[in-house]
Amino acid sequence: MQLTLAHLKRGEKAIITDVSSVHIPLKLLEMGCLPGNDVMLVQLAPFADPMYLNINGSYVAIRKETAMHILIEKIE
Amino acid sequence: MSKQINVALIGNPNTGKTSVFNALTGLNQKVGNYPGITVEKKEGICKLPRGVKAHIIDLPGTYSLNASSLDENVVIELLLNKNDKDFPDVAVVVSDVENLKRNLLLFTQIKDLEIPTLLVINMADRMKYKGISLDIDYLEEQLNTKIALISTRKKEGIENLKQLITNYKDLSTDPCLNASEIDIDYFNKLRQAFPNQLLYKLWLVITQDVNFGKTNRQEIDAINSFKTKSDSDLKRLQQKETIKRYQFINNALKKGQTIDVLQAKDLRSRFDRILTHKVWGYAIFLCILLLIFQAIYDWSSVPMDFIDSSFAALSEWVKDAMPEGAFTDLLAEGIIPGLGGIVIFIPQIAFLFLFIAILEESGYMSRVVFLMDRIMRRFGLSGKSVVPLISGTACAIPAIMATRNIESWKERLITILVTPFTTCSARLPVYLIIISLVIPEDRFFGLSYQALTLMLLYLLGFGAAIVSAYILDKILKIKSKTYFVVEMPNYKLPLFKNVALTVIEKTKSFVFGAGKIILAISIVLWFLASYGPGENFNNAEEIVSKAYASQNLTADELDHKIGSHKLEHSFIGITGRAIEPAIRPLGYDWKIGIALISSFAAREVFVGTLATIYSVGNDDEDTIKNRMAGEVNPILGGPLFNFASGISLLLFYAFAMQCMGTLAIVKRETNSWKWPILQLVTMTGFAYVVALIAFQILK
Repeated sequence: MQLTLAHLKRGEKAIITDVSSVHIPLKLLEMGCLPGNDVMLVQLAPFADPMYLNINGSYVAIRKETAMHILIEKIE
Repeated sequence: MSKQINVALIGNPNTGKTSVFNALTGLNQKVGNYPGITVEKKEGICKLPRGVKAHIIDLPGTYSLNASSLDENVVIELLLNKNDKDFPDVAVVVSDVENLKRNLLLFTQIKDLEIPTLLVINMADRMKYKGISLDIDYLEEQLNTKIALISTRKKEGIENLKQLITNYKDLSTDPCLNASEIDIDYFNKLRQAFPNQLLYKLWLVITQDVNFGKTNRQEIDAINSFKTKSDSDLKRLQQKETIKRYQFINNALKKGQTIDVLQAKDLRSRFDRILTHKVWGYAIFLCILLLIFQAIYDWSSVPMDFIDSSFAALSEWVKDAMPEGAFTDLLAEGIIPGLGGIVIFIPQIAFLFLFIAILEESGYMSRVVFLMDRIMRRFGLSGKSVVPLISGTACAIPAIMATRNIESWKERLITILVTPFTTCSARLPVYLIIISLVIPEDRFFGLSYQALTLMLLYLLGFGAAIVSAYILDKILKIKSKTYFVVEMPNYKLPLFKNVALTVIEKTKSFVFGAGKIILAISIVLWFLASYGPGENFNNAEEIVSKAYASQNLTADELDHKIGSHKLEHSFIGITGRAIEPAIRPLGYDWKIGIALISSFAAREVFVGTLATIYSVGNDDEDTIKNRMAGEVNPILGGPLFNFASGISLLLFYAFAMQCMGTLAIVKRETNSWKWPILQLVTMTGFAYVVALIAFQILK
């Protein structure tokens, strides 16, 4: 199974490997959600949705349904 | 020689762009609207060195030139239209030192438009907390611009910024990178077809729906033939373009910026741990809401009582001091009570906007959005609907405008449709006066019944909003992309100047916007109540004296009878009588009917109308409340405002759509009459039925 952002746990870091540009709004790409950039899960709201992330130095919150379309590779 | 230059402030949201604007212009600013749309237009004048004056526009915050909302469209439309009178001589891109990487994306796009561009790096005071150091000379060279490192909080670097703006002619207009490399063939073809146009401008026109001025349009219309690529291909190219820009920015920052992580103090995570906590986060939000309501309903009652009694006294004074006549009457019974009805709202509106401004400025509001999204989504709303729903307790008009940042059209539409249910401050005076008339002053376990009733009405409004959102979510068959992106800005101590200017600005626009209507209606009402057609009105003295000749009335009592006879046969009395049959089952008489009709201009007019109606031909200094308490139900006998009719009125006001201003804004924001008409019919119909049932059960 491919790992997506939605699998990330609190405090974990990862590298974005691919984003499906059809499902991801341009605005999120412009905030740095692009392949090769690093991402960290800062906080989860109740029911693990939305997710509060640090993407490439920018702090944003997105919904789980969006996070599922962002592929990642975890880093230690 | 003095000359005026146009300066546009552009930047991401949360970069302190408005602080820069405030620092440059101070009180020399005005807020209006862009013609035809309800996007706020902030502009001001700044005096620069050597006698140069700058006209400064604070453009809406945007993350890029790829607009996804009406507000962002304003930015791109101005920057692409050289013929616009506001077209900038110099673009000032405001960035925040902690988010430089992301902020520079917009900067590189604007550079591609070949406008002289200056980079402001704001919040320089945060550098030492975050361990950031910058090589300004290197960055200036890489980015091909001049950089002003400033701190609006510490008021540092503003003079240098003014100097750089004055010397805007020295700025380079060359782009920082060649974005067309992402698809060389395609862009070459484009260049050949339109040799006179800027390549990046063409690209922006192809990728989005920009509304240009006429002249521009014709030149570029032919471009449609170039939309050869499918939407998904275009989007892929946009992604490539973004990656390319970030590559350039990363390279520039690699040498130009160093961050010593060990130096960084992480206030954010400490605050976030509590403020976005599963339990504490909600508890704190609830406390803040309670504090806001406490301020609006408790703290503001002191200035409100003062305003109320001052206007009553002023009206009396005018009556005594000025010669008797129609003009004095108009002043004392129409204009002054009307003005009082506007001024009395100032404390509440100011308090509400004070809190909203502080919550927004501090960065807390985004945490609320984050916490509430999942819950709100269950009802077809978005976490971002929280802000409109809270703002709705002041006024639905700015609240509906605040829905613009909701990305999903369906969620946004539902928010717009249900926001008018929240208890706006215009309902408050109606509630307050009726509650004080019909709800006993007793206490229940130390809580006053009156306060409980008020709270219940708020919950009722909020409940109606949530339930109707749920229903609309099930009924509306709108497919729209539901995505949701919220920036979580840093926590900041709100700047007093920014908060104060927001409060002044919002209060002013409420007073002058709504105030004009209220004042006009007060005058019209006074006129309609003071004049009437036919025998019955013009010979009132004679008719009444004759009718009561057998009873020994005092002169005062007789005057009173004459007054009410006149009112009954005035223009307004006739209108009220005409609608009486429809509202009698709800427990209202024709005077309340008039107040209901005039409430459609704005609800708060209710009290003003009754004030006007009851004060016509009534000389005593009684407050409006006492007069209302003295009114007798003509059919059932007993006080007109009793428990049953009072509750019926409260419910009617809680649910009915009675605000033309809101309807107009809904029409503008949804671009269709369908939605405001739906609101008007269903909300008012529901209100009628509920009020009817309540009165029939309770009477």
